[in-house]
Amino acid sequence: MSKRFNRRSRRAVIPLAVVCALLAGAALTGCGRQRDGSVYTVLNSSTDETYHRWDAEAMARCGERLGVTVEQQSVPAAQVMTKALRMASSKSLPDIVQFDASEMPVFAEAGGLTDLRTLGLDTDGVPRGIVNFGSYRGTYYGAARSVNTLALFYNKDLLGQAGLKVPTTWAELRETARELTRGKRYGIALSAGGAEDGVFQFTPFMWSNGGDETRLDGPRVVEALDYWKSLLKDGSLSKSTVGWTQADVNDQFMAGNAAMMINGPWQVETLNTKKSLHWGIARIPVPKPGAKSVAPLGGAVLTVPDTGDERRERMAAKIVGCLTSEREQLTYARNSWMVPADEKAAAVWRGQVPQLDALADQVAAARSRTARLGAGWPAVSLALQSAFQAALTGQSSQAALQRAQQRATNGN
Amino acid sequence: MTTPTVTARGAAPAAGVPAAARPRSRRPLAQWGFVAPAVLFMLLFFGYPLVRNVVMSFQHYTPKTFFTGEAPLNGFDNWSAVFRDALFGKALWHTLVFTAGSLLGQFCAGLALAVFFTRRFPLNGVLRSLILLPWLVPMVVSGIVWRRILDQDTGVLNSFLDAVGLDGHTPWLTSPHMALLSVILVNIWIGIPFNMVILYGGLQEVPRELYEAAALDGATAWRTFRSVTLPTLRPVITVVLVLGFMSTVKILDLILALTDGGPADATQTLGTLTYQNSFVRLDFGAGAVVGNVLILISAVFAVFYLRANRTEGK
Repeated sequence: MSKRFNRRSRRAVIPLAVVCALLAGAALTGCGRQRDGSVYTVLNSSTDETYHRWDAEAMARCGERLGVTVEQQSVPAAQVMTKALRMASSKSLPDIVQFDASEMPVFAEAGGLTDLRTLGLDTDGVPRGIVNFGSYRGTYYGAARSVNTLALFYNKDLLGQAGLKVPTTWAELRETARELTRGKRYGIALSAGGAEDGVFQFTPFMWSNGGDETRLDGPRVVEALDYWKSLLKDGSLSKSTVGWTQADVNDQFMAGNAAMMINGPWQVETLNTKKSLHWGIARIPVPKPGAKSVAPLGGAVLTVPDTGDERRERMAAKIVGCLTSEREQLTYARNSWMVPADEKAAAVWRGQVPQLDALADQVAAARSRTARLGAGWPAVSLALQSAFQAALTGQSSQAALQRAQQRATNGN
Repeated sequence: MTTPTVTARGAAPAAGVPAAARPRSRRPLAQWGFVAPAVLFMLLFFGYPLVRNVVMSFQHYTPKTFFTGEAPLNGFDNWSAVFRDALFGKALWHTLVFTAGSLLGQFCAGLALAVFFTRRFPLNGVLRSLILLPWLVPMVVSGIVWRRILDQDTGVLNSFLDAVGLDGHTPWLTSPHMALLSVILVNIWIGIPFNMVILYGGLQEVPRELYEAAALDGATAWRTFRSVTLPTLRPVITVVLVLGFMSTVKILDLILALTDGGPADATQTLGTLTYQNSFVRLDFGAGAVVGNVLILISAVFAVFYLRANRTEGK
């Protein structure tokens, strides 16, 4: 290194330092940006292009009606909770947060949400089940636009060729799945993955059989898990099921690797992109003829976090009210194929999309995951995941679920 | 940043030292001035989070804390809860197996390739740069691609095994007995380029004369490798292994993408357990405990590394 080079490089240091300082300063002032009075933000998980667009359109319509600007900030679904918590600690919560309904109790329990009723949102015309869906300990924190659940999707062509009827009981499902299993094709696909997806899929089997999440080692839950194991043992269900998310299950069904699947209406958008696939939808089969098919109620709720600024909170509630109005619900339901939360809207929707009638029935009898356990759900869900994974990969259902119940009660 | 300099400057004239001695006494001040930014950076970005994490592991830190700012101390509750959890022991074991297996595989393959590439042959450079590819692909992308490749029914690997007449039904990622091994194999694939590049660089430094001398002494290839290559390469090997250890022991992204810790917790490591405790169960105290254990393990190896470096320096 020559001396000249050294001097030159030293001369460059000062401007470089200045530039760095300016950049850092600019970045920091960006953080401390003041809220614009008429701009309202919504934190949601609409990261898919389609959902993001539908939400943007709905927010634009509502913003125009209320004379404000509504912006959305979308993060992956698994990050909504942690993002919202971080925003809470830095006192920068958005005006509206869209939580998955199973996560809402945790945030409400922490004291982060405001009662929507006191903010002027009334619940007349909202079905009781949906009010409960958005409530925690009797307080209505979250308004749902639409709800979803799980149903049995089947390939009409494959069932038709084999001359089989759509199964309605566990025994029929097992038999049909076995007969539809040919070569590389499995009779049925479902998600038993080690995440909330798998638990969501297990609940209709557990609940329809009379099992309950408060007693994971109860005989009814063991029976339900044994039923899953029997599908695996027959070879009608791929062993890969323990690694599949619900989106993977849909891929398998679309690729023709499975003749039936358990899945939800949010897949319809993707299913419809394959024109040659003729699919039908039915209620999830029940243990015995005549038993009630209880499926999990899923979906997101719009909440207003407690920011301490009541004027803004009231306006936020109005925006929630607009987004959950009958008209917006219908638009959203038609786009996303989910069932409108509102009774009247649901009735109109049934007329418009008769092919999803089975879903609307299933939703009416669906049950929320957090109704019994509230903020205790995540711990039970984790314990249940590892239990059915252990059972599907060799352990006995009884032993796996006993261990899960222990984990759930000890909290670890 | 200014604090040490200001106090030091203020102290200098008060001391009333003779003018001739002044430049010399100013030297330590200037030296501290140069060190200060680095020290400050370390304290702010390493010291603070580290201390914070240790404190958090003794606190009842829940979602409520984010609103109230209150996290009551609860002694060793988090620690005993984590250590009583059977999953912790499992995760610790998986982490050790994963780290040892990955390092062994990466290092051996990397060293073999490095030695191979020291020879001159056509396309040497092209091949060497192609082998770097796994290093350039983001970890999550590798994870997702491998998840497809290793799928039991539709994966490329099993289809290939079927095509060559081997029974292609290996449940790579879906059997609790296989999953950890599969994850290790994928991680070896990812780690080979790093090992190869560093070791190849080290091999270039081995003096040619030593090989010539060994050849004159009639040493076999294996003997030359053992008595010439390995000893001269030792400092590089230490660096490769310690750096490899540090980046492997904290593995998270690859496992989340491949198996999400499953099936049946067969691939839970300390990294995924921290993630699960903190961000799924939202029990940040328990997450901090596992995080601290991980830091402790890394720290032990960092000490080894520093000592090894010191002896090399002598």
